[in-house]
Order: sequence, then structure tokens, then C-alpha cells
Amino acid sequence: MPDARLIIRTFISDRLPQVEFSDDDEIFELGLVNSLFAVELVMFIERTFDLVLPNEVITLDNFRNVAAMAEMIELQQAQAVRSK
Amino acid sequence: MTAGAVNAQIGVRDRDSARAFVDERVIPLAEKFDYDGAIPRTFVADVAATGVFGAVVPAAYGGSGLDMVTLGAVHEEFGRGCSSLRSLLTVHTMVAWSISRWGTEAQRNQWLPRLATGEAMASFCLSEVEAGTNTSDIRSSATREPGGWVLRGRKKWITGGQLADLFLVFAKTETGIAAFLVPRDAGVQTEPINDVLGTRACMLAEVVLDSIHVPAEAELGPSSFAPAFLLTTGLDIGRYSLACGSVGIVQACLDACVAYARERRVGDVLLSEMQLTQAKVADMVTSVLAGRELCRRAGRLKDDGDEATIMATWVAKYFASRAAAKAATDAVQLHGANGCTREYPVARYYRDAKIMEIIEGTSEVQQITVGRAALQQGVRLPE
Repeated sequence: MPDARLIIRTFISDRLPQVEFSDDDEIFELGLVNSLFAVELVMFIERTFDLVLPNEVITLDNFRNVAAMAEMIELQQAQAVRSK
Repeated sequence: MTAGAVNAQIGVRDRDSARAFVDERVIPLAEKFDYDGAIPRTFVADVAATGVFGAVVPAAYGGSGLDMVTLGAVHEEFGRGCSSLRSLLTVHTMVAWSISRWGTEAQRNQWLPRLATGEAMASFCLSEVEAGTNTSDIRSSATREPGGWVLRGRKKWITGGQLADLFLVFAKTETGIAAFLVPRDAGVQTEPINDVLGTRACMLAEVVLDSIHVPAEAELGPSSFAPAFLLTTGLDIGRYSLACGSVGIVQACLDACVAYARERRVGDVLLSEMQLTQAKVADMVTSVLAGRELCRRAGRLKDDGDEATIMATWVAKYFASRAAAKAATDAVQLHGANGCTREYPVARYYRDAKIMEIIEGTSEVQQITVGRAALQQGVRLPE
């Protein structure tokens, strides 16, 4: 599977084709996205990476930028493997 | 054993069983519910006995765990019979779904079995006098105290509020909008709102939160992410249910118009033989089929966990609610003066359909949301 950062960045770029942003830009703090997009983003991540994100993981800190999301996904995937 | 009890044992698990129950038990009473402005608790209990209130509750908690496409078909059938009753289904389903999706195991165990059977009825407590479309402007507050929260505020236009045992209350905290599971016996007061234009029997109420103390465990779901994350997902379910129910209104209008036009004569000519009647009926047929497909698509995407369901549901609601309003207008027109009386159901459909264009996001909000997304993303529409 392609790098998580690339997948997430592509998803966000498709939603905001006219906005340039880096993996470290805080997309919610910058007001680039809203609560509607937040829901779509969580659903996208769960579907794409075959995860069910627990409530405690769905925090602004974990979703603040692409880099943080990718790191969160890796942790969740590792936990899912350990649970099996 | 009463006929109602026999029917209730059949259970509502799909479109056919929903249709049968609605035809036999709901439609004969829908006009009376509307006239009285209320649905008796005894009837709500009969409906609950079919299992329909537990449609989105997983089987492990006593529900039927229906998929979203089937749920949509069921809600369409109830919308065909009685939009007020369908509205009670909608808000109860929104709360049950929210707990299923976001609740802790303790919250699920505490509430889902009771919601599944209808032993506890639930309402979605969001709107306020100054916050309808602008949900971020709600003023109800949740203040931390040792061991929990204190809720203060006043909610308005709460469907099912007169009979709810559980309120999913949205209130502002220091960090954003959070959701709380508040039982009525925590001290919640309700005041009926009567004599509204449509869905007159949906047990509407104002909900008063006068320093209601709830434990920490009453908070539901992630609250520190986007300002209204859990709110958005709950409203999505409500929007989907309402869209399906609106398709039901169109179907009801179609049924009424076909029956009327086959019997009514203007001079020597049956109404059904007149081209303008045929045109109106054609529009209703088209709207039912198109609306049903839009709802099915939204439901399929929900079942797939596909984020595209969010926008698909906005589109379905926008189309179906407007279609219902047009169909009901045409239905009253076709019935003439008879359509302005309670002798025929189309007057009720007309009033109920208007409500569909306002609640769960007005048609204008749907337009802005869908339009902005398309303009921002330059969307390629799905095949």
C-alpha cells in the first residue's frame, strides 16, 4: 500500500484543489476544513486503512496535519496486528 | 390477543413487513393522530413491539441490526403512512445509532437494549430559539463539576420531546460542542409545542435543562476534535431517514392521486383520462423512482463506510424533500376542494411535506452545502 502520508495528502488535495499545504500544516487550525470534512476524513481513514478508530484517538492533536494522521494510522495498525 | 399484538409479533425487518404494518395499523389512524396532534403512548408501544425502534441497534444489544439500505426502505414506508410517526422513528434512530457508533461499552449496555425494545424512547436535543440552521450558535452549556457536568439551557423544536425517556443533548463546553446522554429522570422538564403546521403528532416539545447534573460517563463520543463531530454524524443519519421518509410522502401522494383520478369525473370524463392529470402523476412516479435511487445510493455508501455517503445524503434529502413538497402541492390541486379537507389525506401530506423542506437542514442549506462542495472540489460525479 502506498505511503499513508501520500494517501491522506491526495484525499485532502482532491477536496481542496486550489490550496497548497505541507504535511506539517495544521489544516483545521488554518480554517481550511470544517466539521463536515472532519467526518469524511475519519470515515476515509477507517475505510482505506481498514481500521475502527476508538474515540480516544479521534482528537484534534491526531488529526492536526497529514504527518500526525499518518503517525496515528501506523500506531493503530500496529495495535490491530498485536490484537490478532 | 388483540390484532395489534398479533401484527406486532410479525416484526418489521424489511420493506414488505414495514408496508404491511403501515397499511394495517398506521394508515387507518394517521389522520386522527394529525387531528389530535399526538400519538398515544399505547400506539408507540405497539410500534415498538415490531422491533422497528431497534433497527440500527446491533443484535448483540437486542436490536435487529438492519443495514442502512433496508433501514431506508423501512423509513420510507413509515413516511408513506405517517410522517409524524416516521419523525419519532428518525430521532430515536439518530440517538440509537450515535450510541452504537460512539458509545462506550457501558453506555451501550445501559441504553441500547432499552432503546431497541422501545422501553426507552429517545430524542435528539439540538435546536434552540436562536440556533436552528446555525447549530454552532447553541447556548446551552455544559460546565464541569467534580464527578461530572452541569447542563443549563433550553432546547426548542425537539421531536418526540413530550415522551422521550432519554435526551441526547448538545451543549457547549470550554472546547466545543459536546454530546450528553441525559435521562428524563435527571430532572429534565418538557413543555409541549402544539398546533404546528405539519407533522403535528410528532410530540414536539421545548426541553428545559435547569442545572441538570449528569455524571462524567454521560458524555458521548469524541468531543475534542472538530467543534461538532458527533453532531455531524448524528444529523447525517437523521437527514437520511428524512430523505427516505420524503420519498414515502411522494409515494403516498401518488397512491392517493391514482385512486382519486380513477373515480372522479369532470362532466363525463374521468380525471385519469385528462392529460394534465397524467402529467402530475408522471412527475410523482419519476420522483419516487429517482428519490428512491438517491436514497439507496446514500444507504449503500453508509453500509460500505464510504465517506461519500455524507454528500450523497445531502443530495438525497434535498431532492426528496423538494419532490415531496411538489408532489403534495400537485396532489391537493388534483383533488380540488376535496384536497383541502380531512376527508382525503393529501392536505396532511401537503403540510407534512413543507416541514421536510425545513428540518434536518433547510433546502437552502442543502443547496449551499452541495453547491460549495462542487465549486470547491470541482467534483467528478460518480457513475
